[in-house]
Amino acid sequence: MSIQNVEQLQDMHLDVLKEIGNIGSGNAASALSQLLQCETDITVPSVKMLDFGDAVNFLGGPEQIAIGMLVNLEGDINGMMLYVLQQSFASRMTSALFGSPIEDLTNMNEMETSFISEVGNIMAASYVNAIASLTGMTIDISVPVMTVDMVGAILSVPAVQFAQVGNKVLFIDDSFVFGDGEIKSNMILVPEMSSLETLFVRLGVSV
Amino acid sequence: MANVVTVGIADLNVVKEPDTLVTYALGSCVGICLYDSDKKIAGLAHIMLPLSTEAVQNVDNKRRYADTGIDELIRDMVSRGASPARMTAKIAGGAQMFSVKSSVFNIGERNVESVKKILAANRIRIIGEETGLNFGRTVFFHADTGIMEVRAATKETKFV
Repeated sequence: MSIQNVEQLQDMHLDVLKEIGNIGSGNAASALSQLLQCETDITVPSVKMLDFGDAVNFLGGPEQIAIGMLVNLEGDINGMMLYVLQQSFASRMTSALFGSPIEDLTNMNEMETSFISEVGNIMAASYVNAIASLTGMTIDISVPVMTVDMVGAILSVPAVQFAQVGNKVLFIDDSFVFGDGEIKSNMILVPEMSSLETLFVRLGVSV
Repeated sequence: MANVVTVGIADLNVVKEPDTLVTYALGSCVGICLYDSDKKIAGLAHIMLPLSTEAVQNVDNKRRYADTGIDELIRDMVSRGASPARMTAKIAGGAQMFSVKSSVFNIGERNVESVKKILAANRIRIIGEETGLNFGRTVFFHADTGIMEVRAATKETKFV
């Protein structure tokens, strides 16, 4: 059997993706703690298949303003990763580095924008490196492109991509424990189905 | 009492005055507002992709595509008493949310082109447009006036 769309993935496959998510997020957490010189930990991420509408609601509804960060994957795995970061996440990051929180995502200055973009870059690279080293695959990532807009509009990008193959998205929900509080980062993974199959084969999981 | 009726992604709806239609957070998707000003019947479709004929799977949801979605919207409006000859169109959305050079990311532009072609083929004139650029839009379409109200996160609300 070959995987035609995400809805065919079974619990076993999701467990594998969860484990990869775990390692990736662990890498991202240690990179962040170096950057911010502050202890950062993660809880086990949850990996779900969600309908587009449910994913939007999970992130606060269609008109919720968030940061979207898009990274293209090329090489042995082709696809895209989309990070959706909330104001609380960005604010915690800038508080740690500059000592000033972000009150309004639509009103970030150049330094804050570039710093958040760098955080996204580090998280994406840590994540992808985890997959690459676990599987021996070569995966190149593009520099992340960032936007601040309505969650519904940001998610329309992976939704359109997924619309051609299914109704659900692969949704990874991370919680970073950072100093004294917990902050969430969410990632939507849009792999080409053939790439996902390659990934499972490499890891010895039958498809 | 006027109702506000929500149109989800890859969905459509038709109302009469004094009701209002709304669809939230159009990114690369396009919102198509059709109006019969005589009967004050308004229809709104929220499409995701340009053509059903390009789809390899998932053709079952006809409201997902510009061609089949617009056809269904026109039919629904006619069944509520609207006349295609009187219909005018206003469209919004079709943004490029992330500035990346790739055909996949250019889907917004292709959606808008496709919508225009299909409306032209149905002899429906576009009298207002708020498309392209790089930000999300929420659209309210008022059946009493035929006015399309376009809201964005960091821009002023426009009345088209």
